[in-house]
Amino acid sequence: MKGVQLLPEQASTFASQVDLLFWFLVAVTVFFTVLIGALVVYFALRYRRGSTASRAGAKETDLRLEISWSLIPLTIGLIVFVWAAKLYASAYGPPPENALEIFVIGKQWMWHVQHPNGIRENNELHIPAGRPVKLTMISQDVIHSFFVPAFRIKRDVLPGKYNVVWFTATKPGKYHLFCAEYCGTQHSRMIGWVYVLEPADYEKWLASGGEARPYATASGAGTMAGVSTASLKEAGEKLYTQLRCNACHGATDGQRGPTHYGLFGKKVKMRDGTVVTADEEYIRESILRPLAKVVDGYEPIMPSYEGLLNEERVLQLVAYIKSLESSTKVAEVKP
Amino acid sequence: MSVTVAKPGEVRHNYLNAGDTVLSWLLTTDHKRIAILYLVSVSFFFLVGGLLAGLIRLELLTPQGDLMTSENYNRVFTMHGVVMIFLFLIPVIPAVLGNFLVPLMVGARDLAFPRLNLASWYLYMAGGLIATWAMVTGGVDTGWTFYPPYSSSYSTSQVTLTIIGAFIIGFSSIATGINFIVTIHKMRAPGLTWFRLPLFIWAHYATSVIIVLGTPVVAITLLLVVAERVFRLGIFDPALGGDPILFQHLFWFYSHPAVYIMVLPAMGVISEVVSCFSRKRVFGYHFVAFSSVAIAVIGFLVWGHHMFTTGQSVYAGMVFSLLSFLVAVPSAVKVFNWTATMYKGTIDLRAPLLYVMGFIGLFVIGGLTGLFLAALATDVHLQDTYFVVAHFHYIMVGGTILGYMAGLHFWWPKITGRMYPEGIAKLTALVIFAGFNLTFLPQFVLGFLGMPRRYHWYPEEWQMLHVMSTAGAFLLGIGFILPVFYLLWSLRTGALAGPNPWGATGLEWKVDSPPITHNFEQTPIVTEEPYAYDNHHEPEEVFSGTGASTTKR
Repeated sequence: MKGVQLLPEQASTFASQVDLLFWFLVAVTVFFTVLIGALVVYFALRYRRGSTASRAGAKETDLRLEISWSLIPLTIGLIVFVWAAKLYASAYGPPPENALEIFVIGKQWMWHVQHPNGIRENNELHIPAGRPVKLTMISQDVIHSFFVPAFRIKRDVLPGKYNVVWFTATKPGKYHLFCAEYCGTQHSRMIGWVYVLEPADYEKWLASGGEARPYATASGAGTMAGVSTASLKEAGEKLYTQLRCNACHGATDGQRGPTHYGLFGKKVKMRDGTVVTADEEYIRESILRPLAKVVDGYEPIMPSYEGLLNEERVLQLVAYIKSLESSTKVAEVKP
Repeated sequence: MSVTVAKPGEVRHNYLNAGDTVLSWLLTTDHKRIAILYLVSVSFFFLVGGLLAGLIRLELLTPQGDLMTSENYNRVFTMHGVVMIFLFLIPVIPAVLGNFLVPLMVGARDLAFPRLNLASWYLYMAGGLIATWAMVTGGVDTGWTFYPPYSSSYSTSQVTLTIIGAFIIGFSSIATGINFIVTIHKMRAPGLTWFRLPLFIWAHYATSVIIVLGTPVVAITLLLVVAERVFRLGIFDPALGGDPILFQHLFWFYSHPAVYIMVLPAMGVISEVVSCFSRKRVFGYHFVAFSSVAIAVIGFLVWGHHMFTTGQSVYAGMVFSLLSFLVAVPSAVKVFNWTATMYKGTIDLRAPLLYVMGFIGLFVIGGLTGLFLAALATDVHLQDTYFVVAHFHYIMVGGTILGYMAGLHFWWPKITGRMYPEGIAKLTALVIFAGFNLTFLPQFVLGFLGMPRRYHWYPEEWQMLHVMSTAGAFLLGIGFILPVFYLLWSLRTGALAGPNPWGATGLEWKVDSPPITHNFEQTPIVTEEPYAYDNHHEPEEVFSGTGASTTKR
């Protein structure tokens, strides 16, 4: 039996802020529990049957009391609401521009991580300290939830839809990664480690293709899936050509399909008049369920790739399409 | 007002000796006998759920899942949840105490629909037996929340059978809810205006409204899971074109208010007991009554706080968070009013009042820890951890079960005609209170540290807290076994109670203990406010007595 742990580590910029609110709430809880508990016990003893304590002036109701003990909890509640909501909005709003982008795929019962440069990890995640990290996450089967207690961060990992979470780790070290949404038999084994590295160590780790191990791996907790030869984008480009996406999606908007150059982040008008921002989720949906949103001016003729591509391959395509900027010269396009 | 009091030595007819054949019980339409049927059945399922809880705590003594396989562990915690929620916590107070007391308290001969009431027990038993059958033939491993696509497309356990069981039990709830609503509206005795009703009735009225509005939603939702599972209709599974988050909205639309279905009736019990043993009218009667209604209404608008981590938009999260803080206010108002009721009362520290004091303490902790989960930033960390587990056990065990224990002891003399033994009952209340806190306080710490719920294995550094929790669970278990023995013992050997051993107000105390089959020999006429303890004498003077020993000792 290891020693008793009573406080979780704080290893992200969010952690200490959450804890401040947490301890404030603990103080509120202790105060009211002690207050009510003491009053109930005191009244039970002081006014016990047979005691001579004066009962004169006992009331049946008192409007001023009722109003004050409605307003006091309401006020405390509103303060906590605003405090917590502001904190949440800052942490769960859009990630900073310079965030390091990493992709996470959850499946029964492992975490699969893909770094943009092609490094792949299972049940381990290496990140640098001091830099925002954005995780784009999807599940291949049931609902999972990405939970790193030391970061005070949790986000469900859903099948069929990208969910994004971001954080900035502050303290180098090795932290628990848990699946927090019950996902079947081995739910409690869908665990891993997050390694926060000093920026220099992280560069070394990247350069070695994920082989450098600044921290020893816990016994069997994680295995390296190794490095593919190509970066995520390059793998996506190969797939893009293989599937002949460019037959319809040319360098400019064409007869059959809109161009992918400069698509990412653009506002796109649909046939039904709605306007959609072309984010990862939109690109994924358009590959798998192209008829769900058809761009204005085009016929609903694109075939679906649902069932033909696993989430890993969809991620590669998304990464490639994201990388296509409108300034890319037409000449670079290989038909 | 009709007062029916036994003369010394006379054995009067009552609902218990009105027939002693098995059929006289199985075909009864007497609300009091149906309450007894429910009492026996919910006690059985509480025992089953409790044994499953014991298995969970034994397994978690060590960090390695070594007592049973993960498959079995997942089935055990799922069945613990299903049995405790659908077969024990939701029916326990309404179907046992509510069934027995609602007609007596409103001065009626029975509920509005006696045969529907009996049908509700048969539905409950049918659903319960199907769920038991599912348990015996492999069990179910989805968690009591049945989240798809795991439940609809991945689990290989008895999901369909369990859901059909839960679906049927839902109809039994609805039948009880409709019966209470109609009875409270249409069958109140002359002079019994809305604001002369005991707060127990207000609480059951609010509960019934939630049951009738909410249960159909969860019933249909669970049926859709079966449709997806059996017929592969794409509703929730994205692989079939469905949306798994839709399920969570529909499920929590019922299942959050279901928490109030469990705790509102307990609050009704608390008001009755605290008033009687303080010999004082409930402080702020109108505020306590309307807070039940407020909880029922706002409770329907807070379901999204179960979904802050799903990727729900930040603004939707804020709306649900704000509403969740609002629903805390009426609960706080109740607690303050109960406390103020004791102020300058004449307090008789009987076992039911000990349970009430335990309820107040645990409910305050349960309610305040709910604020951590209503607050967006802290919820994100604590969601799906042992903090949530501890929080809802404080509400459901600390709230509902302690409320039930208070009520069961308080009305035991009315139900059986016999007094329970006071000394051991008080001791038991203390054992349950201590065991409960030892079980669940460490779980708050575990949750803050990050221990996810439904984990079979866990990191070694958390073992000490789990050992404490398991030790507490066994103390708690002893606390729940003791009443089985002393209450059964009291059936033969307990002192005869007489109509009103506590000197309590309320129509149920103006009839025999146990009451006659039709409750009242004449329809009572109500001429006074509820809890008019000022007009009442002390208990020992109230007795006309049945010739046997009285309650004072």
